[in-house]
Amino acid sequence: MSDLKITNLHKHYGAFHAVKGIDLDVPSGEFTVLVGPSGCGKSTLLRTIAGLEEASSGTVEIGGEDVTWARPRDRNIAMVFQNYALYPYLNVKDNIAFGLRSRKVPEAEVEKRVSRAAEMLGIGHLLKRFPRELSGGQRQRVAIGRAIVRDAILYLFDEPLSNLDAQLRDDMRVEIKRLHQELGRTMVYVTHDQIEAMTLADRIVLLRDGLIEQQGAPLDLFERPKTRFVAGFLGSPKMNFIPATTTETGVALSDGTRLDVPGRSGLKAGQAVVLGLRPQYIAMAGQSLAPGHARVPVTIELVQPTGSRVQATMPLGGATIIAELAAHDVSRPGERTEIDIDMTRAVIIDPQNEQVI
Amino acid sequence: MSALPFHRRHATRLAMRYLVALILVVIFVFPVYWLFIISFKTPDEIFAFPPVWYPNSIQFANYAVLFKDGDAATVGNSLILASVSTFFAMILGTIAAYSLVRFKTGGENLAVWIISQRMMPPVAIVFPLFLLYVWMGWVDTYFGLILLYTAFSLPYVIWMMRGYIEDIPLELEESALVDGCTRWEVLWKVVLPMARSGLFATAVFTFIFAWNDFLFALVLTRTEVTTYTVQVTHYFGGQSNFWAKIAAMSVLGTIPVFFTVAIMQRYLVRGISMGAVKG
Repeated sequence: MSDLKITNLHKHYGAFHAVKGIDLDVPSGEFTVLVGPSGCGKSTLLRTIAGLEEASSGTVEIGGEDVTWARPRDRNIAMVFQNYALYPYLNVKDNIAFGLRSRKVPEAEVEKRVSRAAEMLGIGHLLKRFPRELSGGQRQRVAIGRAIVRDAILYLFDEPLSNLDAQLRDDMRVEIKRLHQELGRTMVYVTHDQIEAMTLADRIVLLRDGLIEQQGAPLDLFERPKTRFVAGFLGSPKMNFIPATTTETGVALSDGTRLDVPGRSGLKAGQAVVLGLRPQYIAMAGQSLAPGHARVPVTIELVQPTGSRVQATMPLGGATIIAELAAHDVSRPGERTEIDIDMTRAVIIDPQNEQVI
Repeated sequence: MSALPFHRRHATRLAMRYLVALILVVIFVFPVYWLFIISFKTPDEIFAFPPVWYPNSIQFANYAVLFKDGDAATVGNSLILASVSTFFAMILGTIAAYSLVRFKTGGENLAVWIISQRMMPPVAIVFPLFLLYVWMGWVDTYFGLILLYTAFSLPYVIWMMRGYIEDIPLELEESALVDGCTRWEVLWKVVLPMARSGLFATAVFTFIFAWNDFLFALVLTRTEVTTYTVQVTHYFGGQSNFWAKIAAMSVLGTIPVFFTVAIMQRYLVRGISMGAVKG
């Protein structure tokens, strides 16, 4: 059964069309991440699910019930906000208990659930404190506690980690993933951070301009993007895009380099395309394990070590590409060397409609 | 001067400042002191020359007379009128302000129109109001004055509360809505606690406005709900002024406001500065 079903949802703000007809089906227990650049409509979509914005047209069903016109309180949802939304005049315990008390849960039950949630989040010792006495990470834990303490069908997260510093963000990401595994609840999570999306999601819904660009399992989107936008949005460092022309067996770059693309023998030759190569699927010559790689001579221009890996910048076919190599493979810029490109992972894009061929 | 060492100059300058401050304090506090002290004097002492700066014995005869004749009850009237009208103005005004802020009721200009009502000089409407009140039978009733004070305070309350409510982060309210609150519960459980300082500050000023009103009370009351401000004027006679009564009555009228402000002071300072930044 699906816990959330959205059908042909539109949202207008005056002349601005923020959500342009979205269909979405979230099965019970799934962790769905709505991701996209700012202004893509992801937050609007989430707020419409919550009932904080009214849909212009279309329907929202939660737990099999049409709630398109229901008030937020009648939707049986819990939500974590970006700025924590803690009540400064209530202590941690009363903040967490707020939703339960609003719904007239008996005090003994409130007591039990609050202490269990606080324990899960490791904030049991902070219950008597006030929000102003907490650090950013602790505040966000309280905000999450206030959501998970509820017995809701759907848990919504609106960019909950974007106010935290990098280290804390990593910790809280683990925390949220763990909570989802333990609770097994249906969660819808909004972020603009593709790493959060990749690491947390059972399913990523990638939005662009108020429409779903592509949805599916994180690896599916990563490995088989349907458009240039999806290919470029997911992955860090970003996918390299090189202008190219098709040949019978693959593509040719502007400097004459010919690269065979396995399984793509039926291409119509002479068509202008864009070749997409992930930095992760490029290695120093001789280290590539996969068959079907192409060997190309290059000159390394710039080296950015990241610890275990190194990001090397080099010109190729009239573009500048980044390759993610093993740390000790490259020592200095200016080195002439050869790289292997895993062409089985290459993506060929039609520049006219930006679709992957 | 320039021959003096630096610390001496500094000390002199400080002493001068204290002296000026002291003189100013005396100028401002003396009338209040004089009012209080007259209320404890005998008639002889009041008119004595040279003046009696401090009476030999404090006596309460002036107050006793006010209570015996029932004049003191006018302070009670003022208290009832001011507190009840403040109560209603705060409730209605806060709800209206919330509506203006959250639902943009009446568009951008309604709030400005509301505060413009406050700019009208009361004396401009007092005569038509009197005729209306006579016709409605509201003259000299609690209801009539409470209605008037409430209506007159509303623009101020709405305007002030609007500023305080605008400062409340929207997410707090949305979170409460998702957590199961109705709009009314949001108002009660989130907006009021968040705007508490502003709420108290506004209430104090609303109370003081009604408390100090003289014009409406003079025109719209006779004998039943006379306020202390009107009562004081009864002691100004054609032949002579009853200074003892005037002083004692004024002290009785000062005390409630004094204590209200003293108790609320903590909120007042915070509330006023909150509104100063925005609204």
